Order: sequence, then C-alpha cells, then structure tokens
Amino acid sequence: MAIGLGQSFNMHEQALYLQARRTELLSSNLANAETPHYKAKDFDFKASLQAAVRNPFGNKLLNETNLKHIQPKSGDLRFDPLYRMPYQVSLDGNSVEPQVEMAAFNDNAIRYMASLRFLNGKISTLMSAIRGD
Amino acid sequence: MSLFNVFGISGSALQAQTLRLNTTSSNMANANSVSSSIGSTYRARHPVFAPMINEFSNEKKATGVKVLGIVESKRPLRSEYSPEHPMADEEGYIYMPNVNMIEEMADMISASRSYQSNIEVMTTAKKMLMRTLQLGQ
Repeated sequence: MAIGLGQSFNMHEQALYLQARRTELLSSNLANAETPHYKAKDFDFKASLQAAVRNPFGNKLLNETNLKHIQPKSGDLRFDPLYRMPYQVSLDGNSVEPQVEMAAFNDNAIRYMASLRFLNGKISTLMSAIRGD
Repeated sequence: MSLFNVFGISGSALQAQTLRLNTTSSNMANANSVSSSIGSTYRARHPVFAPMINEFSNEKKATGVKVLGIVESKRPLRSEYSPEHPMADEEGYIYMPNVNMIEEMADMISASRSYQSNIEVMTTAKKMLMRTLQLGQ
C-alpha cells in the first residue's frame, strides 16, 4: 500500500495554514478594537479545514461541468471571513469585544502548537521508518 | 506569510495607542491653562482612528489601524468671572480648557489595556513562528 508523503502531511499542513490566517485576522480585530465602525471578522475553522483538505491550493472550489465554466479569481477560496455577532451594542459602531477576541486568539495559538507537535511526530515517524530502526 | 503580517498589524496598533496616550497626557497637563480669549484657549485633543483599508483590495482582509489625524474638541469652554485675575479680559472673564479629567483617565486606562493586549498578540505570534522554525529538529 503506497502512502504518498504529501498525503500524510496534508491535513496538518492545511490546518497550519488556516490557523496562521486566523491568527492574522484575530490580531487585526484586536488592533482595531477602538476604531469606530470597525466590525470583527472570523471564519469557520472546521468548514474551512474540510474544504482545504479537498482542495489544497485553494483554487478549485467550484464544480466545472461544462468547458465554458471558469473558476473565480478572487483570492484564496479556502476560507471565507464572516462577521462576528457582538454580545453588547457599542456607541461608536465598533463590534470588537477584546475578551472574546483574546480567548479566540489564545485558543488558536494553542491549536497551532498542537498542529506543529503532530507534524513533528509524523516527521520523526517517517525518519525512523527511513532509517529502519 | 500570514504570521509575519501580525507584526505589522500589531505594530500599527501600538503606534496608534501611543499617540492616543500622548494626546491624553497633553490634555491632562493643560487642563488648567487659563487664557484671556476664546480663540487662544487650549481645547481637548483626540485622535481619530481608521482601519488601514486599501480601496482596491478585497474587503475582508486583515488590516492594521491608522491615525487619520488629531481633532480638537468642540465642547464649549468653561468661563469664570474673576476680575482680579491677572489674565482677565475687559469684562473680567477668564477662559479654561474644555478638558474632562474623568474622560481622560478612562481614555488612558483604555489605551494602556489595548497596548498590553497587542503586545501579547505580538509575543504569541513570535512564539508560534519560533516553534515553526524548529519543525523537524
């Protein structure tokens, strides 16, 4: 049974990529926590990971059933930022709540470290298989 | 790469909060500066923040914050009738700045909390990147 190297790493690679994008988005929310009319954004990690595993380069998300169908050009289709619903209304139109964003940010950071750990484990397994011990 | 952008985004937030702290301290320092005329009295200053959005790019990207400028508050000045004051005008009024100390204190606390949380974001992103560099070792 042939297992390609790419296959065994694929899910963790996509998870790392999406977690890095999510870190960027959450840090943008925290940076703009006092900007009037700024709305907090985030994306659904689970759905994006499933989409990314099926479509590793983020470019083939639409079904092409006819020769004339074309793929959309607008950036990366692996994830789709949505707006977060705030718990409390604010006077200046800003929907960022620092406690929610910090909790999500820390959660994401831990999961990133966990993905790195899993990837390291896979790499050392492969290395010991290659070495034969 | 996304994690490197985090430094730029959080860096812009640190800069904006520092500017805000500077204007707050300027307001608090000048809260009692008396003047003889309405035109030359110190007015409270506040920065205006906006996200760093490029109009031609995709709207839902991660952006930092920029300071559009500093505006002076348009609230009415406090005027006191005290004819013995050396700086009173012909009618005996002196004009004091429209600085509200309680608001300035709240601004200062909010700016320092924002600064701290952005520092934490940068530290965590740096840790994530360092760990990534050690992958496979």
